[in-house]
Amino acid sequence: MRRSVMTAVMMAVSVVAAAQAAELMADEIVAKANDASYYAGDDGRATVSMSLSDGRSRDFVILRKDVPGGLDQKFYVYFKAPADVRKMSYLVHKRPGKDDDRWLFLPALNLVKRIAPGDKRTSFVGSDFLYEDVSGRGLNEDTHELVETTETQYVVNNVPKDPGSVEFASYTVWIDKDTFLPRKAEYLDKNGKLYRRVSSEKIQTLQGYPTPTEQKVEDVARGTSTTITFSEIKYDIGLNDRIFTERFLRRPPREVTQ
Amino acid sequence: MRHSRWISILTALGCLIAYPVLADVSSALSDAGIEVHGFAEYRYGMRTQTDSLEDDISLNEARLQLDALCYHDLFTAELKGDLLYDDTVDNLEDIHLETGKGFFDLRQANVLFSPLDWMDVKLGRQVLTWGTGDLVFINDLFPKDWQSFFLGRDDEYLKAPSDALFVSLFPAFAGIDIAYTPRFDADRHISGEHISYWNGQQLAGEDSVLNTEPPDDWFTDDELAVRVYRNVGAYEMALYGYYGFWKSPGGMNPMTGKWLFPELAVYGASARGPLGGGIANVEAGYYDSGDDRDGDDPFINNSESRLLVGYEQEMAKDLTVGVQYYVEHMMEYDAYIDALDAMSMPTNSARDEDRHTVTLRVTWMLMNQNLILSCFTRYSPSDEDVYVKPVATYKVSDHWQASLGADLFAGSEDYTFLGQFENNSNIHASLRCSY
Repeated sequence: MRRSVMTAVMMAVSVVAAAQAAELMADEIVAKANDASYYAGDDGRATVSMSLSDGRSRDFVILRKDVPGGLDQKFYVYFKAPADVRKMSYLVHKRPGKDDDRWLFLPALNLVKRIAPGDKRTSFVGSDFLYEDVSGRGLNEDTHELVETTETQYVVNNVPKDPGSVEFASYTVWIDKDTFLPRKAEYLDKNGKLYRRVSSEKIQTLQGYPTPTEQKVEDVARGTSTTITFSEIKYDIGLNDRIFTERFLRRPPREVTQ
Repeated sequence: MRHSRWISILTALGCLIAYPVLADVSSALSDAGIEVHGFAEYRYGMRTQTDSLEDDISLNEARLQLDALCYHDLFTAELKGDLLYDDTVDNLEDIHLETGKGFFDLRQANVLFSPLDWMDVKLGRQVLTWGTGDLVFINDLFPKDWQSFFLGRDDEYLKAPSDALFVSLFPAFAGIDIAYTPRFDADRHISGEHISYWNGQQLAGEDSVLNTEPPDDWFTDDELAVRVYRNVGAYEMALYGYYGFWKSPGGMNPMTGKWLFPELAVYGASARGPLGGGIANVEAGYYDSGDDRDGDDPFINNSESRLLVGYEQEMAKDLTVGVQYYVEHMMEYDAYIDALDAMSMPTNSARDEDRHTVTLRVTWMLMNQNLILSCFTRYSPSDEDVYVKPVATYKVSDHWQASLGADLFAGSEDYTFLGQFENNSNIHASLRCSY
């Protein structure tokens, strides 16, 4: 009797430990995926072209620099098209766990506008991409569970810790084992219905960093989609920290104008 | 020489037909390293009530903007100008670059270069802006075009260009901006030409246009504006100084009856940063009216202290609300009232010692951010007047944009800051093709 209780307790402990290990593993996988997706190199540059299913397009150049010793990053975006946003520049100081600091420069008024922290699940420049798709989602905002390991991929299910703060009930990410890049993410609404899908259509290895060069977001519920392509990608170019200040917000640096 | 509105519509159509040609020219110049963009626009506005002093039609214009930009290794050059056909203006052929009158308005013509690693220089015609307010300017003493703004032109036209040397220095401890304008650039202020106003005694309009005596000697009647700024964490701090003149008429010569731009120096400071999930800003300035420090000259503006506190927050997805409180406190108020009494001038239309203002801006983006609804309201409980500017902008496509808006004024008296414009309340619509 006593022995069987002990066995049961030990089994329970090991089950819990295994679950914790799986969870830890899921956390590790998600952290590595985040690293592969948003932190390749110490800095980088890309020319970005967004194509919306309604015929509209968005063209911009993006610069990124990581703040050493942490997850903080700085982004600089310079818009080239369409005409109504042309020459606007946008600066983000991303501090995971806190609100981002954001500034927008309106060239016609020569005005640097501070942008109030916003819902990160808001459309990025009117496309199907959300602000969070572009800058990354905080790792601690969801609980992660490894639901399946295939020959080539980890399948991780993510549930928001604060369901009221987001429009999804959960999302599942398929992550390539070799590169840790997410291949596909599917979002379920509160009724458990698929309404949104983000996928990496093309991945290329550039300067040793596996890089998504074409991604697609489908808003299944609304029937719209946006394709984003990245070109002229360069990593570790030694971007000067001062680019990410008001000076260069007002006068775009040559890294984005050329 | 008033033409029918059809002429401006035809001009607008002409601009649009010119679009493919411009596109070709643009691509040819692009090969030469010069980007050319711009837009063609037709804009029409009418008063919502009759103003016996002005036309019923407030705007009827076709505009073609061309913007050429050249990025070179050593410099960036920009040339931007508007060709304008305005049916409500009689003598369009008289071009006046300083005031933007006539069929051509030169918006930008400047060159930007960095002679030193920590120094930028921009020389020429340029639009200058700084400060933290939303349509409230304390330390931004660069020229504004209030006439365009109140008539309902695009927000871009609120800022009139300066002909200036703008030097930015970036030592390690701060950013320093110095704007030197060798000859005073006044606001494109309300003058009666298109918007009726209170002239001190009564409402006046296009038949009694404000007669001004602007300081206009090169290098003597000059302006100097300085800003020193730095970020402390997520907070932006700045100090400002200005030496020049009141930007809109701030006095009158009782002998000639002409309006003056008296001497003015402004000292101020601002801070802006995150607070409780939104962005808060505070800005203050002391207006030192050098020609009437004692406040006993009823014909010259007294000195003032100005203070602004603002807060903006996203209340829901794509819905942002901003509120501001702004006060203008007149210094030496007793001397001002005594001076009016001494001259037997009416004191019932005298300014209050404190002019309080609150503003509210609501911006709502809908339909994938293609429809933008914005409403700015400025209300003064002390002046008992209000200004409401609702604007709906719809981006039909990447090239086409339509807007519908209004500028509505109301006040209990004819002589208050906003109340004087009551008869200028107008609605306006525009269609723009950008390339």
